[in-house]
Amino acid sequence: MRQFVKFAAGMAMAGLIAGGAYAQDTVKVGLVISMTGSQASTGKQIKAAVDLYMKEHGDTVAGKKVQVILRDTGSVPDNAKRLAQELIVNDKVSVVAGFEVTPAAMAVAPLSAEAKVVELVMAAGTASITEKSPYIVRTSFTLPQSSAIMADWAANNNIKKVVTIVSDYAPGADAEKWFIDTFKKNGGQILETIKAPLANPDFAPFLQRAADAKPDAIFVFVPSGQGATFMKQYTERGLDKAGIKVIGTGDVTDDDLLPQMGDAVIGAVTAHMYSADHDSAMNKKYVADFTKAAGFRPNFMSVGGYDGMHLIYEALKKTGGKADGDSLIAAMKGMKWESPRGPISIDPETRDIVQNIYMRKVEKKGGQLYNVEFETFKDVKDPAKIKK
Amino acid sequence: MSEQTPTAKRAAQGILARARWHPLEFVFWIVAFSVIWLLPNKHLILTEIAWLALFALSLDLILGYAGILSLGHAAFFGVGSYAAALLAKHGIITEPVLALIAAGLIAAVVGFATSFLMLRGADLTRLMVSLGIALVLRELANKFSELTGGADGLQGVTMEPILGRFRFDMFGHNGFIYSLVVLFVLFLIARRLMASPFGLSLLAVKDNPLRSRAIGISVDARLVAIYTIAAFYAGVGGGLLAQTTAFSSLDVFSFDRSADLLLVLIIGGTGYLYGGLIGAVIFKVMQDYLAQLTPQYWPFWIGLVLVILVMVGRDRMLRWTEPVRALANRLDWRAKGQAS
Amino acid sequence: MLTILFDGIAYGMLLFVLACGLSVTLGLMNLVNLAHGAFAMAGGYALVILVNNLGVPFWVSVICAFFVSAAIGFVMEKAFYVHIYRKPHLDQVLFTIGLVFMAVAAADYAMGSSQVFARIPDALQGQIHVFGIGMGRYRLMIIVICGALALGLQYVLVYTRFGSRLRAAVDDQRVARGLGINVGSIFALTFAFGSGLAGLGGALGTEILGLDPTFPLKYMIYFLIVVTVGGTSSITGPFLASLLLGIADVAGKYYVPKLGAFVIYTIMIVVLIWRPQGLFARAGSK
Repeated sequence: MRQFVKFAAGMAMAGLIAGGAYAQDTVKVGLVISMTGSQASTGKQIKAAVDLYMKEHGDTVAGKKVQVILRDTGSVPDNAKRLAQELIVNDKVSVVAGFEVTPAAMAVAPLSAEAKVVELVMAAGTASITEKSPYIVRTSFTLPQSSAIMADWAANNNIKKVVTIVSDYAPGADAEKWFIDTFKKNGGQILETIKAPLANPDFAPFLQRAADAKPDAIFVFVPSGQGATFMKQYTERGLDKAGIKVIGTGDVTDDDLLPQMGDAVIGAVTAHMYSADHDSAMNKKYVADFTKAAGFRPNFMSVGGYDGMHLIYEALKKTGGKADGDSLIAAMKGMKWESPRGPISIDPETRDIVQNIYMRKVEKKGGQLYNVEFETFKDVKDPAKIKK
Repeated sequence: MSEQTPTAKRAAQGILARARWHPLEFVFWIVAFSVIWLLPNKHLILTEIAWLALFALSLDLILGYAGILSLGHAAFFGVGSYAAALLAKHGIITEPVLALIAAGLIAAVVGFATSFLMLRGADLTRLMVSLGIALVLRELANKFSELTGGADGLQGVTMEPILGRFRFDMFGHNGFIYSLVVLFVLFLIARRLMASPFGLSLLAVKDNPLRSRAIGISVDARLVAIYTIAAFYAGVGGGLLAQTTAFSSLDVFSFDRSADLLLVLIIGGTGYLYGGLIGAVIFKVMQDYLAQLTPQYWPFWIGLVLVILVMVGRDRMLRWTEPVRALANRLDWRAKGQAS
Repeated sequence: MLTILFDGIAYGMLLFVLACGLSVTLGLMNLVNLAHGAFAMAGGYALVILVNNLGVPFWVSVICAFFVSAAIGFVMEKAFYVHIYRKPHLDQVLFTIGLVFMAVAAADYAMGSSQVFARIPDALQGQIHVFGIGMGRYRLMIIVICGALALGLQYVLVYTRFGSRLRAAVDDQRVARGLGINVGSIFALTFAFGSGLAGLGGALGTEILGLDPTFPLKYMIYFLIVVTVGGTSSITGPFLASLLLGIADVAGKYYVPKLGAFVIYTIMIVVLIWRPQGLFARAGSK
């Protein structure tokens, strides 16, 4: 028992003393992601990508040492805010990065604005996030980007009647709205819109409802990680045989889970900004190195992390190592580079990402399932912001 | 009063002694307040400790004093949290202290309404009912997303300065002092309450409901009352969370929160009010430390602590709290009764 | 319409196999085992490893999943649970929550945090149509297996010597001991069997429920609901409760998607208030 008291006391001391040491020539990056809980798979993708980038490019840039401090949110947005706050206040980080879910990114936005610290969104895809603070910059994607393009493509490819199934939270609402608006403008017809609870394990009843409406296709958005369950149940219900196509944003045919989904997903058409199958030398190397280091296939979340690190490195080079929020964000605006996903840039006005959106179809290549790109929409800005 | 029997006199003395402050308690609170100056860059986590302590204190009231086992105590925490956030967001009550009291009262109303469900059945039924209530409230918050923001959490809450003067600063200084003061005040009230005849009758109910009934204690009324009070405390705890973070999300209702809370209280020990407070400190520091050490697998170690705690025996593991308890209740009438 | 009913039944059957072990431990041994889902998860992962990595045929793997979970259950019972039967419910809750946390983290460490699926044989994929009702083959298989299991369990409990010993051990341990019944080993066997069933359910359920490390937490609530609604004094109670829940959940989502999980939570609370001992329990049983 004595030991336990000592142990507890020791831990108390260690916990309270930790932090502190802060050197001028270090640039600290707080990485706030979920390593546990429902979003853990996304967090791990980002972490692995960040590690890979640092391994490839070293930890020194513009004479500064870059130190990444990882904090686990346990998939709880409240924690994201507290952790970001601690990172900013105690660890004096120059950038808070990560944020796989919209609520986490949104919750941290006021902090970023108040502390003038760059908030680098590596995953969350709700369009409005970047408007919440002038220091937010995004390297992932926005759902309107993919959804609007998906709708255009569907309307031009003989899909007339669609049922939408989206997860009931902000990105889902974004995807649904932009798909429906664009699709209707192109003369399409929406038979039914279904919102599935975010923490919902069983899509069967929703799929049945969709099937009974007899659409040409089902447009689907579910967060990365739930796609496999969705596709399984889609096949199980015989919807593939009934000629109902699956179209959606790339989240549903997530590269990470795709190999497990079974052949039934072959033919699913999605619009997204990254596929592990993207045909470029850079991506081939990225996929090979990533898989070797992490033990799983990189997905679209990972490139958000990889490009996020790149953006930080390049911005530091440009500022000559100055790491205050204003200099960094100014340097980041308008930055252009080649990513594993293709050419991308940061819109100087909205600080949001501008990138190619690819139409992809799931195919089998060398015994493995991949999202094979067949059409490219170049330099897509977030449509939600163009409109304004 | 003049015809008191010796036993009655002794009992009366014991009860009075219980209400008296022990030096160690002064030390505890002096230390608690001194961290305002001693650990200025730890105020964020200290704030969390403060509301968690309040939340655990609330559970102690029903578990430690009334013997009600709950796996859904987060229900009231969540109600308080959303209430405080919504009051601020819609400008209904903008002053945080008043809003906090209002949030607590709203949680108390929910607690009162649901307490009747908790009267029925044994441990298991209560476990399930409490769990069910938290789940239903969570679903409600999820479905009324126009009001609550649903799964995205309640965004865009701005808090007015406390008492119109002290702004919630980014470093969390004012937030912490505020939370600590609230904790202290509510602790004083709870302490007073538990040393009162009401508190003593609760202990009687916990130990033997049948006999309590026989000697004229209205068991159900007592349980309803303490459950409502506990809900108020939990609501204030949740309100503190919402006010200091200017945010509220569905997670406030989560099962993990209720489960963690049990652990917090158990680490500190039940039934002497300080258990929740001490437990909150140990738990948060441990969790924070483990989460920094192994961001991915820290729940494993928390789980291990729980398993060891039960395997070795809570009594044995928590013997270290005994000196504290014994001192705090130096002249505990119950201890005396056993000794003689 | 009938397809929904069919889906609901399949879902309910699956819940039954997953939860009936819990109903036995909870009702018969008076043990609050919140870690029940962890045994189910173990079965699920056993299936996935066997089928995907070792290439064992699906059916063999399903049976192996049962034994893997049963073995884990047996060891855990002997090593740990046996010490907590007599402890207060609070201790049982703490202990089993601790186990859940450990299981979640351990599964994450060993298997990664993404969802995994086992490759299922082609014969079980797709739908067949009977009288115009579309039925998923996989779900049909679940109904057949789980239905058979339910009948078997009922038979064992009511008609066999083991069943009567178990019931005796539960009703009055002391007298049962006095009659020469080895209560300890009966409990251990029952616990192992219950865990095994959970493992079987977990294995069969991967396809429908998905499998990731948070499985024990995600479904714990469902198991508990089955047991609470069904009562813990028999097999038929949880069986009917599972069916009711399965159908209510699926139909609720189909007809009123907006309500979501309300349907089942509401059923639970109403049942608890109306009949705290469970909807299908015998009156007067504990």
